[in-house]
Amino acid sequence: MQTAFRPLRANLAGWFFVSPLVVVLVPFFVAPILVVLAASFFSTDGFGGLTPTFTLANYAEILHSALTLNLYLATVKFTVLTWVFTLAIGFLVAYFLVFHVRSQLLAIGLFLVCTVPFWTSNIIRMISWIPLLGKEGLINDALLATGVIHQPLEVLLFSDLAVVIAYVHQLTIFMIVPIFNSMARIDKKLIEAAVDAAASRFDIMRLIVLPMSKNGIALGTIFVVSIVMGDFFVVKVMSGGGSASVVGAFYEDVGVLQYPTAAASAVLLTLILIAIVSLILRTVDIRREITQ
Amino acid sequence: MSDAITTIDGVAMPAARGAIAPRSGARPWTFYALATLFALYVLALYGPMICIYILSFQDVRGGLVFPMKGHSLHWFVDLFTQVRTGDVKGSFDRSIKLAILVTILTVVISFMAGLGFRRRFKGDGVVFYVMIGSLVAPGLVLGLGTGLLFQALGIATSWYGSALGAQLSWTLPFGVLVMFAVMSRFDDAWEEAARDLGASRWQTIWLVIIPVLAPGLVAVALFGFTLSYDEFARSLQTAGSLNTLPLEIWSMTLNVTSPSLYALGTVTTIVSFIIIGVSLGTIVLIQKKRGGRAMPPERS
Repeated sequence: MQTAFRPLRANLAGWFFVSPLVVVLVPFFVAPILVVLAASFFSTDGFGGLTPTFTLANYAEILHSALTLNLYLATVKFTVLTWVFTLAIGFLVAYFLVFHVRSQLLAIGLFLVCTVPFWTSNIIRMISWIPLLGKEGLINDALLATGVIHQPLEVLLFSDLAVVIAYVHQLTIFMIVPIFNSMARIDKKLIEAAVDAAASRFDIMRLIVLPMSKNGIALGTIFVVSIVMGDFFVVKVMSGGGSASVVGAFYEDVGVLQYPTAAASAVLLTLILIAIVSLILRTVDIRREITQ
Repeated sequence: MSDAITTIDGVAMPAARGAIAPRSGARPWTFYALATLFALYVLALYGPMICIYILSFQDVRGGLVFPMKGHSLHWFVDLFTQVRTGDVKGSFDRSIKLAILVTILTVVISFMAGLGFRRRFKGDGVVFYVMIGSLVAPGLVLGLGTGLLFQALGIATSWYGSALGAQLSWTLPFGVLVMFAVMSRFDDAWEEAARDLGASRWQTIWLVIIPVLAPGLVAVALFGFTLSYDEFARSLQTAGSLNTLPLEIWSMTLNVTSPSLYALGTVTTIVSFIIIGVSLGTIVLIQKKRGGRAMPPERS
């Protein structure tokens, strides 16, 4: 009887409940993105003033610059390295917690131990590597004391290695949580059946655990890739200024009031991010994954 | 991140507990290998942080690396009294106030959105993907866009205005995703029961849904507070002339090369740990109070 009216009422109720969310996201996400998009077509007087014209000069400038390619190569390098390490560590840690820790309470406790640092300051966690990786840091001291090396290693801090270490340190949690969640949903009867059918440990991993953790891996990948590609802070501090990144260059541009080129570079980066994220989203229905 | 919560709730059960390990009780070699890896991971996770907490308690001769030079609270005093390290006290104060504001708004808005997203409605996908976009967009770019927008509209940027909004664009997606996880374990039958017993829509929300979801709401609050308190990229171009704490830390990492920096790290981490402790404690307390009463049935 009511079915005819229900869609309209359900739509109104739905929009009523999400309206505060929309009220925040429109001025603080949609509008800023549009402003950046618009600014990328403007020209500047060089002092931070924007002239509302329509020019593609900013895009031409960044696309013709050899620097742009180098920036993207550097950023892609960090993204891929970070992704590989966070995925490997995250997958194995989640696997350990789900399949090897027998006590439920212990598993939850250990899981919390992994998640607590997520709720503390990233910047502080990053600089906390200085006393370890520095020239006179603990790792160099230990290596010198054991006679493995005779000169302190200089590549530990303020290097690409330090950047990757800091990223992996911060972002592995973004892999652990979704993969843990996917794995926890695997029905244990399935694995018992596989064991009964004489499947090897490798086969169980390859044919059951890996495919069924796919959604968690996809979700974790979205987080890790978008954070590393959108970051400049870690690269700036941990490389000691030696390495650049796309957003780092953006920040420099903003610093010297070159808003239009910065905006064009931001639009390019956002397009690349959207492409990567939509590619991943084609393999996983993120909304169903989360609400399940 | 949503799933931290499901486990805090004690509702989700890792399904295949011990399934791969032989039932006899002997551990396979993979257990020892993975246990070692896990231990190393936790060591790498906490080890560096613990190092800087220790180093922050050096005396005036202290440097940035080991060995420890004396023991004192010198650098903590230095932090809050020296002008050269910047306005730590003021930024600390602002960050706490801002985080409280963000927490309240995040809980209310995420809760409402969680209710809204329970049923499909026209355009829900658009709202959802705009939210995901807000989560994955580079923070610095969004911050700049917000800054330029405010400049174009002739509104001054401030930590309680533009930065508040910019931070909400970061905390809300997390809050709503956590609400999704929480809501997926809410049994609609309770709501129907409340309606059948004559509760109004408002009474149903206030007397049934909110108490049932209380632990999840605390978790949303935890996300709101900590993400705001540590937020950096989106605040950089939107906070105006007065810094928040992470911005202060950022300028310190570029200028200050004394254990003051570590002292600040220790102080902010203590605050974070207090917040985490209070939140998790509250969740445990709520669960305990419910005692033997029926837990929501697990649905998958």
